[in-house]
Amino acid sequence: MGFLDIRNVTKSYGAVEVLHRVDIAVEEGEFLVLVGPSGCGKSTLLNMIAGLENISGGEIAIKGRVINGVHPSKRNIAMVFQSYALYPNMTVGQNMTFGLEMHGVPKPERDKALAEVSKLLQIDHLLDRKPGQLSGGQRQRVAMGRALVRDPDVFLFDEPLSNLDAKLRVDMRTEIKKLHQKLRTTIVYVTHDQIEAMTLSTRIAVMNKGYVQQLGTPKEIYDTPANVFVATFMGSPAMNIVPATVRLREGVPHAELTDSEGQTRHLRFSQPGLAAWDGRDILLGIRPEAITDPEGADRKSGNIQALPNRVGVTEPAGSDTFVTMSLSGRDIISRMRADVNVQPGQMFDFAVNMEKAVAFDPKTEERIAP
Amino acid sequence: MTAPATADFRTRLQDWLPKMVLAPSFAVTLLFVYGFIAFTVLLSFTGSKMLPKYDFVGLDNYRRLFALEHWHIAIGNIAVFASLYIVICSAIGLMLAIFLDQKIRGEGFLRPIFLYPMALSFIVTGTAWKWFLDPGIGLEKVMRLWGWESFTFTWIKDNDLAIYCIVIAAVWQTSGFVMAMFLAGLRGIDNEILKAAQIDGASNWQLYRRIVIPMLRPAFLSAFVILSHLAIKSYDLVVALTGGGPGRSTEMPATFMYSYTFTRNQMGIGASSAVIMLMTIAAIMVPYLYAELKEKK
Amino acid sequence: MSAQSQDTAVSTGRITRALIYLVLLLFTLFYLLPLYVMGVNSLKPLAEITGGNMMALPQIWTFDAWRSAWSTAQIGIEPTGLKPYFLNSILMVVPAVTISTIVGALNGYVLTKWRFRGDTWVFGLMLFSCFIPFQIVLIPMAMVLGKLGLAGSVPGLILVHVVYGIGFTTLYFRNYYAAFPTELVRAAQIDGAGFFRIFWRILLPVSGPIAVVSVIWQFTNIWNDFLFGASFGGTSQPMTVALNNLVQSSTGVKEYNVHFAGAILAALPTLLVYIVAGRYFVRGLMAGSVKG
Repeated sequence: MGFLDIRNVTKSYGAVEVLHRVDIAVEEGEFLVLVGPSGCGKSTLLNMIAGLENISGGEIAIKGRVINGVHPSKRNIAMVFQSYALYPNMTVGQNMTFGLEMHGVPKPERDKALAEVSKLLQIDHLLDRKPGQLSGGQRQRVAMGRALVRDPDVFLFDEPLSNLDAKLRVDMRTEIKKLHQKLRTTIVYVTHDQIEAMTLSTRIAVMNKGYVQQLGTPKEIYDTPANVFVATFMGSPAMNIVPATVRLREGVPHAELTDSEGQTRHLRFSQPGLAAWDGRDILLGIRPEAITDPEGADRKSGNIQALPNRVGVTEPAGSDTFVTMSLSGRDIISRMRADVNVQPGQMFDFAVNMEKAVAFDPKTEERIAP
Repeated sequence: MTAPATADFRTRLQDWLPKMVLAPSFAVTLLFVYGFIAFTVLLSFTGSKMLPKYDFVGLDNYRRLFALEHWHIAIGNIAVFASLYIVICSAIGLMLAIFLDQKIRGEGFLRPIFLYPMALSFIVTGTAWKWFLDPGIGLEKVMRLWGWESFTFTWIKDNDLAIYCIVIAAVWQTSGFVMAMFLAGLRGIDNEILKAAQIDGASNWQLYRRIVIPMLRPAFLSAFVILSHLAIKSYDLVVALTGGGPGRSTEMPATFMYSYTFTRNQMGIGASSAVIMLMTIAAIMVPYLYAELKEKK
Repeated sequence: MSAQSQDTAVSTGRITRALIYLVLLLFTLFYLLPLYVMGVNSLKPLAEITGGNMMALPQIWTFDAWRSAWSTAQIGIEPTGLKPYFLNSILMVVPAVTISTIVGALNGYVLTKWRFRGDTWVFGLMLFSCFIPFQIVLIPMAMVLGKLGLAGSVPGLILVHVVYGIGFTTLYFRNYYAAFPTELVRAAQIDGAGFFRIFWRILLPVSGPIAVVSVIWQFTNIWNDFLFGASFGGTSQPMTVALNNLVQSSTGVKEYNVHFAGAILAALPTLLVYIVAGRYFVRGLMAGSVKG
């Protein structure tokens, strides 16, 4: 049994089921990120943990206590909202201690907790201001402070960074990570931003259309995505997905592809298990950083395959250069060093790190290898 | 080890409180509005005279109602009054709004003057206009004293023209409000559209006729709905200004209903006239409200 | 950089502008005319009106008509002046406005922050009640007031005005609270505040402007009402009914100056509200028509 148990939880509105049998056990101190496109059910799940929406089926337990039907304030949780939801008529200090006041905590204790948390978040100089007088980043801190003051069992974050500008978002992301490392609190965090999910979490639940598509550590999710949806949702630019055919050559499975000139090419797999798929179609998944120029290829990899092909477009992005090409009729993005010398239209020897390749069943779109 | 998955008392109470708070208002609305409407509809099918009786006479009251010359006068008057009132109010309101929108100096001073009649009671408005339009002391006499000896203005004493006096007073009261509605609509139009039209070579007249006025459609619709419902409900103004006279010449459905129900003891007929009024207003308001509420969802 | 101007970008020529100013001036006179007539003639002795020019300023300035309208004029059969009716109106308006505004605020709070299945229908039914011709409820209302023993009394009028006023007050507060972030209510729930506490501590402190709108609208409407007052006022008639009785009385000489003074007295409270808080009055009017 975990610290926060989500067991077979479903949510329906009338006859429509929007969340299907979600099963997640969160350990104490874990940072679980629910990520997915809008409408995938991640916020609904978070609201059900918070008690802001009813649980249609299954149960949710915190520390072994089932909390279905328990009032939000009695679940010992705290929540940080997307809009921060600071009470406009109260000062920062009043905002942060409102919850303690509602729970009948005496004033001296409230003041003590407030002093500690506001110092931790470096907002102790703002306590007498109203939310309207704060900047976006400051409001964000106050919202987190309000949650921290409560010292709850579980923290819930609902897209807390999406209202900040790009630079501040990165800063606050680091801040939240630091805070988690320092306090070791249990966090459930909802976002649609896969970078936030990767950087912050100890585990990620990727959701789509009301289903948890995959639950795992960031590395598992990134390297061995459960299906095409997870593969393309996580990572930017997205993983390249190319239709290919498995061919056994000298007993070793290869991916058979067509390059931009109409030539058939073969890339050797590192996964012998794919021999069983000999002669059948698959979807080959390769991340952009696994396709490079020969000098930039990963030296530790035991399976770099050369793939001569015509260069489509080059996009210098400062730290990297993205180079596109065409394979089996799909546009493929590769990620190369910034100073690589490639011209559009020229033939170029791409280096493909087949150790990082993933194969999917084209019908079910589930991963078949590795 | 696991606690039962039922809601605790406080949570359940919190679930019910909102509905408990709303319930009295809703119940009162159901009873005092819809229950009363049902009751009045019921009465309109009975032969009630001074007190309600429950002898059903079918559509008799409606047949008698539409046979009454008195009711025909009331219907004719409301048709004339409502159409003139709506058209003139809209025209004046639109004109004043467009004029006030031309960076007018003293707009902040003029706007409240155009609008203040809306804060007055129709009884006050009626009293003021009643004596101002009275030939004995009002406009006619003033003009003659100022040297226009042949000036006559006796509309309020004239069976055929008194209804227009009601239009004048009602327009005076409401046109400023319509102006405010149109002005809000004008201020909501993006200035860049106006600039684009001017660059396209539209004259001011074309600009307003082709671009601005069509964009004010929501304001026109709101004005129409509000004005028509005010027109059908108009009771106070007629009572204060003409008392329905001279004779019955300015009788309206609202005054008709009142006099048949409470002074002539023809409650059945009074009720049926009220039902007709309700149906007319509902035909305008229900689609409008339905569209408004649906949009918001 | 200056802020985006609200004024139109249309430019007009000099002659057009002159015409526009002329028209606006004429309409200003049109709107002010009745007020001027009432004001000037209420300060004249009666002979100056019957024998003189209505538009002329008084030759003898006198407050006699005002005094008479307030305390001695014949209203119906009693020479009481308008004073007792003015008090009736006050006694009726204050509780009716207070109750309907409080109820409307709570209703608006429930309808936006505690939504339930069918809430739009509930609201729609309440909203439609603002627009019914009240003739349709006159007969049953008279009967119910009689049964409750409230016929012809101030409490009866209060009841009537509350019942038919909550549609509008609910509309105001609902539209206002709809723009208030629901996340705040959720945050307060997690903080442990209950239904009433959230209303009291979170919503009410920011409800000032809409409360003013609602109070002004209700005050104006109820003060100016004539139909209910005339139907159910009995011995506790409000100001509007008394004014009408004064003006329409067919006995004796028509004391125009007293009528005008009475009309101004009846108009004074709402006029004062309009002058002091006109901005909110206009907002209420607009919210009641353009339900956006």
